[in-house]
Amino acid sequence: MIKASAYTFKILRYDAKEPDTKPRFATYRINVIPGLTVLAVLIRIRDEIDGTLSFRSSCRSAVCGSCAMVINGKIDLACRTQVAVFDTDTIILEPLPNFEVIRDLVVDLTPFWQMYDKVQPYLIRRSPVPEKEIPQSEEDRRRIDQFVNCILCACCYGACPVLAREPDYVGPAAAAKLERFVLDSRDERPAGALSIVNDEKGVWACDTLLRCIDACPKDVRPTDAIVGLRKTMLKHRFQNLLGKAKDEA
Amino acid sequence: MLDHDILIVGGGLTGLRAAVGLCDRFNVGLISKVYPVRSHSIAAQGGINAALTNNPDSRDDSWEKHTFDTIKGSDYLADQDAAEIMCKEAIKIVYEMEHWGCPFSRFPDGTIAQRPFGGAGYPRTCYSSDITGHVLLNTLYERAVAKGVKIYPEWFVTSLCIEEGRCHGVVALDIRTGELIPVRAKATFFGTGGYGRVFQHSTNALINTGSGIGMAYAAGAPLKDMEFVQFHPTCLIGTNILMTEACRGEGGYLFNNRGERFMQRYVPTAMELAPRDIVSRCIQTEINEGRGFDHPLGRYIQLDLRHLGEKKILERLPGIRKICIDFIGIDPVLEPIPIMPCQHYSMGGIDVNGRCASEIRGFYAGGECSCVSVHGANRLGGNSLLETIVFGKLAAQAIGEDLEGGVPQSDEKPLLQLKDKVDKKIRRLAAPGREKPYRLHAELGAVMSEKVGIFRTREELEQALNKLIELKGRYRDVGVSSPARHMNYELTNTLELEYMLEVAHTIILGAILREESRGAHFRTDFNTRNDTDWLKHTIARMGPDGSPAISFKEVAITRYQPMERKY
Repeated sequence: MIKASAYTFKILRYDAKEPDTKPRFATYRINVIPGLTVLAVLIRIRDEIDGTLSFRSSCRSAVCGSCAMVINGKIDLACRTQVAVFDTDTIILEPLPNFEVIRDLVVDLTPFWQMYDKVQPYLIRRSPVPEKEIPQSEEDRRRIDQFVNCILCACCYGACPVLAREPDYVGPAAAAKLERFVLDSRDERPAGALSIVNDEKGVWACDTLLRCIDACPKDVRPTDAIVGLRKTMLKHRFQNLLGKAKDEA
Repeated sequence: MLDHDILIVGGGLTGLRAAVGLCDRFNVGLISKVYPVRSHSIAAQGGINAALTNNPDSRDDSWEKHTFDTIKGSDYLADQDAAEIMCKEAIKIVYEMEHWGCPFSRFPDGTIAQRPFGGAGYPRTCYSSDITGHVLLNTLYERAVAKGVKIYPEWFVTSLCIEEGRCHGVVALDIRTGELIPVRAKATFFGTGGYGRVFQHSTNALINTGSGIGMAYAAGAPLKDMEFVQFHPTCLIGTNILMTEACRGEGGYLFNNRGERFMQRYVPTAMELAPRDIVSRCIQTEINEGRGFDHPLGRYIQLDLRHLGEKKILERLPGIRKICIDFIGIDPVLEPIPIMPCQHYSMGGIDVNGRCASEIRGFYAGGECSCVSVHGANRLGGNSLLETIVFGKLAAQAIGEDLEGGVPQSDEKPLLQLKDKVDKKIRRLAAPGREKPYRLHAELGAVMSEKVGIFRTREELEQALNKLIELKGRYRDVGVSSPARHMNYELTNTLELEYMLEVAHTIILGAILREESRGAHFRTDFNTRNDTDWLKHTIARMGPDGSPAISFKEVAITRYQPMERKY
């Protein structure tokens, strides 16, 4: 027999369609067996107790990036967080910071996707493609590995202290996506393409406090991307000063 | 009223590939009930098949051999002309995805890496460690962003509008605002995915309800081969998260509680790399006969990767390792993984031809929600990602051709009428109901997993049918907690549940009628394949009384005569 323990879940509820009603914590008592995830509890609450509770979910296996939220003060995916890992029987759930709340644990990700779109998040080729694959060495493929792993869950965006004060900052995920292509041996974007993030709202805004790295559920290190992009930009500037830039758009 | 030349429903690989293929020439809109990168394509792990001959062991592979493996794997129910097209296109679309930036793993010579997979004569599964679906979906989404495809994220299609044999578009619910919006289109394409959540034990995402399939069926489009349900051999116990076939492709073993590599007794040549239907039956037999391990969450078999060594596991299967650590506290480098078979894939679906066209003018479907059929009675691992992209591309070509001659935009009237109908339905659901939707869903899942599973009998299938009819009756009394329509996931789940019941009905009825065993459909009371009577597709249409009316359709045989399927 599996033994269940009683937990108290406090969930921050709010509905942007009813702005006069202030955000408030709703409390639910749930019996939890070992191994049960926060997402499984949320589904049970919505099914059995309160059908109006709003949260996003899909894959329930930490690959789709739907269910990022704040769980007892820590940003993570609800689907991969087990209730029993906390040293307390009270679990507090809040929506991801740095976003407007739409309803309960659902936030408006529009700014996150706008930043994603802005960095030209796709492979840019200028030379013609071969009949077969564009060759890439194993080593070159490994170089982009950690950034390829990003699932766009926005945990990093929610954790970023710069975004808390500067909403127009490009943010860690978009920077990681851009670096994923800049480091890709097949990509031929002109050096000028980096100018989109070469200002005080771009990669220079980062305080390198590494909160994004702590928050990432997939072990991506967006700060590496930001530092990498800064170095590339400095290199281009240096080459320009020496009149050696060959690849300007 | 929203107007598009072409409306695509579904933001997974099929939908995105179709959109990318059409958006330069037509006014295309893509509706997805989640942000496209959350679609279930993201969860595919092992790879995508194409006879590239990059692997040193696959130098004399060819698309013809890939076709043969696919047809044999299908237990000869695949339409051979369609399988040929898919396997031939495979090579082109893998290179195309690579040219669009897909970060495939590489061999030392810089070519795309390929690994062995079940039921394949050669190692031809192209991959990116164990996140192949993730890299393909991201690459296609990136392409869609580059091309400026118009996307409506978090819109849920409630109904498909078919009148007098023509499709006019859909009615959609903007999940965020709660607004109901009729969308008019000259062509509507469904890439809405599979129905895994009709079963309690499934690897599928929570969004895989099969509502697109049920919706098309309810609107008058026929479904094909619904009784063919794939049960994946290796799913993590408890959560049923997929443990990719690549675990065995890379050399993993299956052990029973006597420490035997039991596949030796069943398929000594292919061992763990026999096709999925066969391996699932072997595992289930071991468990049923008392050779499984006991666990509070059920009986299981061990998937052992330890002998591959830490380096190979970290390099080729890092995602699997992380899932095991996160979800069950087991590190596969040190311990075997507890697995059981469970529902994974829908071979059947909306009946379409090799151009993804249904018999309804203006309505097309591709990918897992459709049935061309390229997988027949059993799909090979690595052929699903392939199907999504190939048929997304072919659908775009077909729709382009069909609209080129100039098709007039649909009439507004049927869409406005349908919107009123949906509006009334939602209002009815919001009235206090006696039945909780989740309870019906749970009972549906339980009966499907228990009685419509790997081994089937007439008796159990009929019990399932009775239960299903009871659930359909109870659905009429279902109610949701709140009349608010915005961000009301209980409401969208309940709307989907109606379609899930229809999908289940066609699966059960097809399984009862098909008195033979072929591929993934195994009847213990008719345990051999019967080509004389059953080498044919099952077609289900909604009859006037709301029950499926079944008919049959020829299988296209080109150059591979059906023979005994031996591995």
